[in-house]
Formats: sequence, structure tokens, C-alpha cells
Amino acid sequence: MSKLKTTIIGAGAIAVSALALNAYAQDPISLTVVSWGGAYTASQNRAYHEPYMEENPHVTIINDDGSANALAGLRAQHQAGNVTWDLVDMLPSDAQLACDEGIVIPIDHDEMLAAAPDGTPASEDFLPGSLGECFIPQIVYSTVLTFRPDAFDGDQPESIADLFDVENFPGRRALQDRPGTNLEWALYADGVPVDEIYDVLRTPEGVDRAFAKLDTIKEHIVFWTEGAQAPQLLADGEVAFATGYNGRMFDAIEVEGMNAEIIWDGQVVEWDGWVIPDGPNVDKVLEYVSWATDTQRLADQAKFISYGPARASSAPLVGEHADLGIDMNAHMPTNPDNYFAPIVLDNDFWTDYGDELRERFANWMLQ
Amino acid sequence: MTNVSAAADDYGFVRFANVQKSYDGEILVVKDLNLDIAKGEFLTMLGPSGSGKTTCLMMLAGFESATYGEIRLKNERIDNVPPHKRGIGMVFQNYALFPHMTVAENLAFPLRVRKMGKAEIEDRVKRALEMVELPAMAGRMPAQLSGGQQQRVAVARALVFEPDLVLMDEPLGALDKNLREQMQYEIKHIHESLGVTVVYVTHDQSEALTMSNRIAVFNDGVIQQLAPPADLYERPDNAFVAAFIGENNKLKGKVEQMDGQSCTVRLEDGSSVVALPVNVGGKGEPTTLSLRPERVVVAPAEGSLPNAFEARVEELIYLGDHIRTRVSVCGTDEFIVKIPNAQSHARISRGEMVRIGWAMEDCRALDA
Amino acid sequence: MAQADAASLGGAPITAMVTADGVPLKKSLAKAERRRKITAFLLVAPLLAFIIFTFVIPIGSMLFRSVDNPIIVQVLPRTVDALQEWDGQDIPPESAFAAMAEDLVEAQANRTVGRVAVRLNYEMSGARSLLTATARRADDLAAPFQESLVDANPRWGDTEIWAAIQREGRRFTPAYFVSAIDMRYASDGSIERQPENQRIYVTLFIRTLMLSVAITLTTLLLGYPIAYLLATLPLRYSNLLMICVLLPFWTSLLVRTTAWIVLLQQQGVLNDILVALGIIGDNGRIMMVYNAAGTIIAMTHILLPFMVLPLYSVMKGIPPSYVRAARSLGANPWTAFWKVYVPQTMPGVGAGAVLVFIISIGYYITPALVGGQSGQMISNLIAFHMQNSLNWGLAAALGTILLAGVLILYWVYNRIVGVDNVKLG
Repeated sequence: MSKLKTTIIGAGAIAVSALALNAYAQDPISLTVVSWGGAYTASQNRAYHEPYMEENPHVTIINDDGSANALAGLRAQHQAGNVTWDLVDMLPSDAQLACDEGIVIPIDHDEMLAAAPDGTPASEDFLPGSLGECFIPQIVYSTVLTFRPDAFDGDQPESIADLFDVENFPGRRALQDRPGTNLEWALYADGVPVDEIYDVLRTPEGVDRAFAKLDTIKEHIVFWTEGAQAPQLLADGEVAFATGYNGRMFDAIEVEGMNAEIIWDGQVVEWDGWVIPDGPNVDKVLEYVSWATDTQRLADQAKFISYGPARASSAPLVGEHADLGIDMNAHMPTNPDNYFAPIVLDNDFWTDYGDELRERFANWMLQ
Repeated sequence: MTNVSAAADDYGFVRFANVQKSYDGEILVVKDLNLDIAKGEFLTMLGPSGSGKTTCLMMLAGFESATYGEIRLKNERIDNVPPHKRGIGMVFQNYALFPHMTVAENLAFPLRVRKMGKAEIEDRVKRALEMVELPAMAGRMPAQLSGGQQQRVAVARALVFEPDLVLMDEPLGALDKNLREQMQYEIKHIHESLGVTVVYVTHDQSEALTMSNRIAVFNDGVIQQLAPPADLYERPDNAFVAAFIGENNKLKGKVEQMDGQSCTVRLEDGSSVVALPVNVGGKGEPTTLSLRPERVVVAPAEGSLPNAFEARVEELIYLGDHIRTRVSVCGTDEFIVKIPNAQSHARISRGEMVRIGWAMEDCRALDA
Repeated sequence: MAQADAASLGGAPITAMVTADGVPLKKSLAKAERRRKITAFLLVAPLLAFIIFTFVIPIGSMLFRSVDNPIIVQVLPRTVDALQEWDGQDIPPESAFAAMAEDLVEAQANRTVGRVAVRLNYEMSGARSLLTATARRADDLAAPFQESLVDANPRWGDTEIWAAIQREGRRFTPAYFVSAIDMRYASDGSIERQPENQRIYVTLFIRTLMLSVAITLTTLLLGYPIAYLLATLPLRYSNLLMICVLLPFWTSLLVRTTAWIVLLQQQGVLNDILVALGIIGDNGRIMMVYNAAGTIIAMTHILLPFMVLPLYSVMKGIPPSYVRAARSLGANPWTAFWKVYVPQTMPGVGAGAVLVFIISIGYYITPALVGGQSGQMISNLIAFHMQNSLNWGLAAALGTILLAGVLILYWVYNRIVGVDNVKLG
């Protein structure tokens, strides 16, 4: 009995001193990182979280798949005065709202982010227009048009204009049930140059023109809501064309072996990246973010998912897919071969006119 | 009783001929049933549960089909006639009054489906309610009536469309004793005044004895005996009927000697009894002697009865009009004697030895 | 009663009843009952607390949110004040512009401009960038402020933004309800219908009702015979059938929905069979999913148990003797069924219909997945405004209208059928 007691005390003492030693070296800390879940979080895990935790054993990174409702969550945590999220992955439009509301911290990009290996400061290295007041971009993704080659006997479609050409390219089209991308493409197919699309859309006549163009294919449209539906509709042969996120389409084509091809013409490009909530661990998080968004790390993420790195200096470092061994450069939205006619999503436009246009689009779908 | 004699020519108003019924193809619940019912008769099917009596009633009503044999009503085969075309009234055990209709609507239902005129329906409903003495209840819902009132409405509904034949399936089972006796009388009264034929199913022997012209005692899918109540009680054909109807002392033994009028039976304890042979094989065959407790005489005059034994009084139960006495005699201690509570009878007490006896005709030798 | 009788009979003065030791009977009874009441209360207290937190408070907060409008008063107090006297006709006075400039400086410093910008954008497209962009440069604004603001963005020179601030500069607002019924404020402040190409909510409310009624009818049509069979079959068969009916409860919603898509889509199993049988041509494949038909089919499947179970429990309690009685009284099978059996199942029909209708009116996952456009219901838009557009005020207003609609229907139902006639099990 007494022997057991000594053993327990001894073991306890060792444990306590071990903890104390460790604490002396570095306080253990756990960071909660909120992202989109699925393959996307997995790519972040392998490119950023795991290597970082290996180098910094006192840091534990916990994943939370809450990005779909991140703005609502941030607001609630901020109001309750109990911010438990340390780093949040979100779209720039939501990031700007969160920034305007003061619930995420502003970023001094050159101060807080790593410079490129050649010394180019962060503000010049990140792709033009991608940095936000509180937003640190990570990847470029795009909404692309995809089609089934076996749906057409003769010529194959190669442009957004072909999506609106039901004469030569019959078959049903799967479009998202939101105005975004659809209105831009309608104008683009109607002959508006990519850099003037939002100027035209800001006028009532421009909106009418976009809807009129959409009217021409309306009876051929199947609408999808969830991101996974678009590749599924294509794979099932339900539609000839589908719009979708390029990463999901890459997965369906290269990993699942779906018979489909991506049309990079008119790809609607958007960023995705980090914001840092105004919480208790801001210093630690900044340390991590600075590392996780450096040139090499951003290039690493492209090994696991086909989204392009947001830094110019990362592009040459993009290599092969970690599991498939495919050269990922060809699948990057930012690859010059693909980036010939990009439409860069205008978040200011959509935050200003989104409500009204969503209502009009919903009404148009109901008719 | 008058009805029976008057309608004696009409036997065959309802006729079961060689009817068999099986639900599962393995067991016959009704075995080769033959039964003729006279017009205007009140016939009761009596028996324990599972004896096949309700199945017979359901076959007659058309809710079950006979597996073999034929059923005739007024000399027409009705095996293939659906229930609603048989024109048979029926009273169910739980009354089956439609809970969403008023009493008047319940009564009007059979008339309405026969597409009668409105005035005639009203008139008939009124008369039916008067018959069962509930004229004020027309607008009530069944749930607002007492059990006895529901029962009367159910009877009225089964009669309102003037069927020739009414079936009643344990209609009084849910009523308490007093009400049940009153209703027995009322149903009997209605039967007599309308002259309708009634086939009545019950497991209550006193109910059967009170109401019926004839009783068919069912057991194990077979009619054990079909007879008027008095015959059934006084002259049971077999041990089952003797035991099922009224109280009965059973003595088991073997036939030792037999002539046309009487037989001598040696009981298991060695004593010898002279009995009336009713349903026995012959010499050496086993038999059950059946003896009603009220036919046993206490302290009979010496030599007046062929059967006389010394019995030991085991138990006395005072029942007012008579004293139920249990004695040990002839090798059984379950022998019951009913001693009338009359001044002429001597008081006896427990443990005493008394002499008891009975006549040869009262002791029926039945099947073993 | 007893006292009154005693008094009137005996003519004795009315005195309160007392117990043996002289304590008034009522007091004594109350004392004896109190313990029991406290125990009873303690027994229900956990559930009561649970219901308050999970039901009463959320619904209360939804009702509150549908009219709650704190942000403009909080962030632009001076502007709201300065616009008190404005007639809404001409450009507001310089004092309003000055107040706006001051408010914007403060809002920018407090980082509150984002939320007021979002709020005003609901009233006027473009208000968001107008406010946030101007606020970023608010420090540069100088008197005269009208000129300075219009310089920063010409839209400050229109009355539209000022009218919106004046109208919504109140603690509570009907604006969300106005939007929820496809109305909007005209430039003169009156309420008018939205232009035709922007009306959606009323159409969706009506369609939600129609689809819910259709789903209720199909579940009733399919569920009634099944429930009847279940209630009349011998136990060993009915158990198996019951499992089939309950199967939808035991499989994940997504699995079921995916199964429906595989079965019903144009290249799906059902269409393949129809084409193979030659019933339809390969070009005539029927759309059975991604439209209202898909919503009705999938939701009927999912909600069938909610119809079958109450029907079954009611039918189980109807002895066969009722129909037999009807038959013996001369009713043919159809009359016996329709006049005697069906009326007795009405409590089950009522319960099942109410359950299915109310559940389907608020369902959104299935319509979102298989409903396509024509199969969307109002709840899909409520979810959209909750999760995506984050316009919780509008979501709350739509939810409040839906709740009110359900309550009205419930009231009508109660008047026609009577809630006492509903039997859930």
C-alpha cells in the first residue's frame, strides 16, 4: 500500500516537473482555425498546419469547418465578448464586411506578412487587387464552364458564347441559382469586354441586357444550389454544360475520372483567404499567418488542390500533385494559358447590388 | 314455447348442412355441423369460448365463409350472398353503435341504405325507440348513453328494418348482473311480441336457460346436445352437457351389469350404484354417473331408494333458501348435496355421518 | 353548494366551514395542497426551462428581430436628429450634411460604419459603398459639408439616401415586413408594390402553401390504405410492413435524397425503365426531379410516416364490428367504408394532415436538393437570408409571416374540424 502511494507521488512529481519545464520553454497553445472543410481543409492541413505543428510542438491547431457561416459566427462571438476563433478563412466580400464592422483586425501587409524570397515586399508580391484592409489572400479560385465532350457530335464548345448557343450546342445547362457569374457571363457572351462588365451591370439597362441574354437559354437551364451538385449533374449525363468551382471540377475529372473538359474562357476569378478575429491570441496567430502565407507555403497548397497561389512569387514553385503526380501548373486558374480572359469578381459591386439582383434573379427563375 | 309448436312445420327456416370451417387448413373449428332452426324460434348457441359457436353465427351473418357444406335461409343457399344482402339483423357484443351518429341516425342507417322515404324512416325510428322505451334519446350520441340504453338501441337498430332473423352475439356480456337479467327479460319480450327468429350466442348457461326455446350446446366444434332448456338440464345426453349446464356430481366407474331399464355400476372405491343407462357402451365399459345435487335425499327411509350410502359431512355453506353441503361418499370428497332450508329437515353439523340416497332415474350413466 | 343548501334549508347563518381544530377548511386544504403543487412544479420545471430556452425565447427573439432596428439611431444619431424637420422634397439642409460628416468620422473611428452601411443597403442598393467609401475619407470632409460630401460621391446629392435615413432612423421599423410582402417605399414615402420583376416572396408563400397541401394530400392518399392494411393484417405481417413504413425515419436524409435523385433524374433508373419499356421515347424523358414534382415526391416519402402513424393508431382502435354492423344493416362494402369507417378515422386524418402540413411548410433541406427552382419553398429563402445574405431582419419577418399563416390555418382548422377531434396516438 505505502509502496503504491510513493509510486503515485513519484510519478506525479515527475509529471508536474515535466510540465513546468515545458512551460518554461514555451507555453503550449492551441489555435482554432476555421475553414471550409472537406478537401480544402485537408489541403491546408497538409500544406500549413501539420508542418507548422512539427516545427512548433507547443502549438496545436484545431480545425473548425465553420466558414460557410463565418460572418454570422464572428458577429455572435464578438457580441458575446467571447472570441474563440483565432483564424478564419473567408471570401473577401465577407472579410470586408467584418472589417467594416471592426470584428477582425486590420492588416499592415508589409509589416505583418513575409516578403518574397527575392525581397519583394508582400504588398507587391500578392496578386494585384487581392489584398484587403483586413484580408490576407491565400488562393485564387474560379468559377468555370465545364462540358461533356460526348454531348456534341461535331464542333466542341470553347467559349462562354457557346454556352448561350443552343443551336450549335444543344443540351441542358446547369447554372448556379444565384445571379453572380450568370449575369457576368450573359454580358460577356453578349459582347461586353471583360473589364467593362461591371460598369455595364451598374446601369439598369445593363442588368436588363444580361437578363435578356439569359432568357435565350432559360428553358435549357437546370439550376444547382450546392457546390457538389454541379459535377454530379455532369457525371450523371443530366446536362451537357455545368458551371462549377474549378477545384471541384478538377477533382471530378482527374481524381474521379469524369469525362468532361474545362473552358477557361471567361473564368470568374475570386480570392479566398484569412482574416484574424480580434481575439486573445492575435500575436501567435500573426506569427503563424506570416509563415503560412509565405511564398513556399502557398506554392505547397497547390500540391493538394487545384487552386492557384495568391503570390506571384509562388507560381514558379508549383509542382506536381502530391498523390496523382500530375503537373498542377496546367490546372491553376492563374496559369497564363488559362488566365487569358478572366473576369475578376467585383465584390464591391455584389455587396452593393447583391440584394436587389438576387431578388430579381429569383423572380426571373420563378417566371 | 308456443312459438315452437306453432312453427314446428317451419323447421328449416335456417339450415346448416354438413358445415365445416377451418381458418388455417389444419384444425377444424366447426366439425360437420347440422342444425335446423324453426321460424320464430329463439335458439341459443351455448358453449365455452373456442367451441365454434361464434364462428357459426359469423358464417350465418356472412362475415365468415363455410369451408365445406351449405347454409340455407328460407330454403335459399346463402353461402355466396354478401352480408348486406342477407337481410339479417345483428346485435354485437360491444353494441357497435356508430359513435359519430346520433341514436336516431344509427336507427335510420339501415333504412337509409334501403332508400326509404324520409317520412317512413322517421316513423319507423320513432316506433323502434318507443319499443325499447327510449323515445327521448333520439338526439343523443351513443357515448352519452348508459350501457343498458346502448344495448337497447343496438337491439332496436337490428330490428328496425324488420328482418326475419336476428343474430345476437353475447349482447349482454358487458352489462352488470341486475341489468343483464332485466335485459334478458326485455329481449325475450320483444322476441315474443314480434315473432322474429333469434339466434343467440352466449357462454352463460343461466342466460341460455332463461331465454331460449332450444339450446345448442357447443363444444370442440360439435353440437353436444340440442334440446329445450328443461330437457337439457334434466336429461343431459353426455358428461360435457351435464357438467356445463347446472351443478352436477360426477362419479366414475365401470358398468358391471346392464339391462334395458337400468344398469349397475361399480365405482372406483368398490361401492355399487344402480343408474339409468343413457349413453354407455355395455358391460365392462367405463362410465360417468351424473347426479344433480338437489336430487340427493338426506336420511331416506330405509329401503325406499336403490342407492343409499353413509356420507361424512365435510363442509356446510349457508345460502338462505338451501344449505350447500359437501360430503365424502363413494370415494370422492367433492360430492355436493343441496339440503332445502325447511323446518322438516334435521340440522346436521360438520364431521357428522349422515345417510344419503338417490333414485335410479336421477342417476344418469353417461360417457366416460 | 352544500353550504348554500344548508343555509337555505335550516335558515342558519352562513359560516365558513372549519376543520376539527378550528382552521378554516379552505386554508387547511390549500396548505395540504401546497406541497403537492410544489412537487408538481419541480417535476415540470426542467422541461419548462428547456421549452423557454429552446422555444419561447427563440420565437420571441424572432418576432423582436423582425422589427428591431437599432443601428441607424445608434451610429448616425446627429443625422437622424438633423433630418427631423426635413420635408423630404428638396435636398436636406446643410445641418444634415454636417451631422452626417460628423457621424461618419465617429463611425469610422469606432468601426461601426460597416453595419449601418449594410442596413441602409437593404433600403437602397449602393448605399453600402456610398457610406463605407465616404467614411474612409471622412477626416478630409470640411465645410461646407454639402459640397464636400457631393464631391466625395455625387449620390449624396440625391434625396434617396436621406429619405431612407429619415424613414429608418427609428428604433423599430416595419421595413422588413414591407420587403417580405414584395412591397417597397416609393420616393414620396408611400408604400408601393415592387416592380414586377422583383416580386418573389408572395409567390413563394402561395407556392409553399400549394406544395404543402399537395404533399399532405399525397401522403393521405398513399398513407390511408397502408395504415388500413397495417391495422387489419395479422401482427407478423403488419410488423414487417411497419418497418417498411418507418424506413424513411432510419435512413439519413441525404442518403434518401440522393437515392431519389438517382431514381428520378432524366438519366435515372425510372426514366431508363420507361424508355426500355417503350412507354416514352429517349427524347421524351420526364423531369421528375429538380422541380416541384421532385419536391412533392421526395417530401411525400419523407413525411409518409407522420401520416401513417396517427392513422394507424386510430384505425387500430376501431373494432371490425362497426363495419360488420353496417354490412349486416344492409350497407354495401363501399357505403359501410365511407359512411361508417372513414368518419371514425377522421381524428387520425386530422392529426396526420396537421402534422404533415406543418412540417412540410417549414421544410427546406429536401426542396433545396431536389426542388430545382419550381420546387423551392419560402423556408429556403428564410435559410438563405439567415445563412448567406445575413439579412436576419428580413428572415425574421418572413418567419413571422409564416408563423402567423400557420396559426391562422390552425384556427380555421379548429373551427372546421375541431382540435378535440385530433388524435395523435
